[in-house]
Parts: sequence; C-alpha cells; structure tokens
Amino acid sequence: MTINEKIEEDKIILEIEGKVDSLTTPQLQDAILLSLQKMSHLVLDCEGLNYISSAGLRALLMGQKTAQSKQGNMVLRNVSPTVLSILEMTGFIKILEIE
Amino acid sequence: MDKLEVEAKLDNLYTVLDFVEEKLKAIGFPEENVTKLCIVIEEIFVNIANYAYKEKAGMVSLEVDSKASAIRFVFMDEGIKYNPLDRPDPDITLSADERQIGGLGIFMMKKTMDIVEYEYKDNKNILTMIKFF
Repeated sequence: MTINEKIEEDKIILEIEGKVDSLTTPQLQDAILLSLQKMSHLVLDCEGLNYISSAGLRALLMGQKTAQSKQGNMVLRNVSPTVLSILEMTGFIKILEIE
Repeated sequence: MDKLEVEAKLDNLYTVLDFVEEKLKAIGFPEENVTKLCIVIEEIFVNIANYAYKEKAGMVSLEVDSKASAIRFVFMDEGIKYNPLDRPDPDITLSADERQIGGLGIFMMKKTMDIVEYEYKDNKNILTMIKFF
C-alpha cells in the first residue's frame, strides 16, 4: 500500500493505493491521525484501494471519531464497488461520510 | 486438496493469502468475490496468529479443496480452545461513537461464507468454511 499526501486549501487529501490489511493498516492509521493533527478536514481518495479488512475499518472508525472530536470531517472519495460492498456489509456505510 | 502449514505469526499473512489467491484463480472462482474471500482468510489467520498461542510459537494449517462449484477452507491450530462462532455479532446499526472495535472480522466471515462449522478435536481448533459459486 502507498499513501500520497496532497494539501488543498483547508484540507488534506490522502490518496490510498493498494491493500489495507493487518500489516499495512498501522501506516494508514498513522497517516490519518497525523493529517487530522495538521488540519481538521481530511479526504481519503480510495480510487486505488481494492481491499480493506477489519483492521483497516477500525482505522477508518478511529479517523472518523477523531475528525468529529475536532469539529472537522473525514470524507471517502472514489470508493470502488468492492470496497463499497464491504462498507455496506459491516454497516460502515452509515458511519462514514462517502462522496 | 492443497495444504499449507506455516507458523502462526502475522509475518506469514501474505504467504497464506498468495496460496489462497492462486487456488481461487486455478478453479476459476468469480473475480469479483476473490477480494471478499481473501479478507475472510486474513481475518481468521490474523485471529489465530494473534491469540491462539499467546506468547508461544505454534503452527497453523490451511486446507483448500474444491468440488463442482464449491470451495472449502479448513483452518487447524493447536492453540487455546476458541470457537469464533460463539462471538456475538457487532451491532452494525450503531453510530460511530457507539460502535465497538471488535468482532468485525468474524462477522464478515459469517456474512461472506455459506457454511461455517467449528469443532474442537484431538486438541485442535478446526474451522471449516464453505463458499458456493
């Protein structure tokens, strides 16, 4: 998995590419929390994301809660059908902000 | 039947997933469901790697075989007795604030697989999962 960071006006965009699994999740979690320390608006561009296991979902939940606690937000963009169906299956579709 | 036996540690995750992916490709398993199945395999393997043997080292085996349009996975380990099917499902209707962290992986397994069975025999945890396609 690779993460590419972009800054756009008042928000940070993280482009996630590859698999978010038990081994790569710590890297994503660190990137999310670090971004939310810098700015309270975060976009996760999921165009290149094709796999997310429960470890990754927990990192997204943590990001969502952190963003809320800072009166900011975390938005997922360009979510693939496969990842979307996993978010649906787990009820995360109702928790997360998806564009 | 194909069988893989590795030490139950997180570092072996990709060895396990590569083994499963190769098998799924070989039998022509529908592409759109390969990811979901691999996620289930990850969840079960990671649970065993993290909890089955506590601090000790131990092995885990995974058998895969397919007949007609069904594929069967059997995980076996000699760690502490643990039936993942006993775990209550997470409440997926809760808000972000109320959502609990655990239980998601097992829940995804139940949702994705068509048949799941657990037995404890000869000091082994045996988890069998079948998916029709």
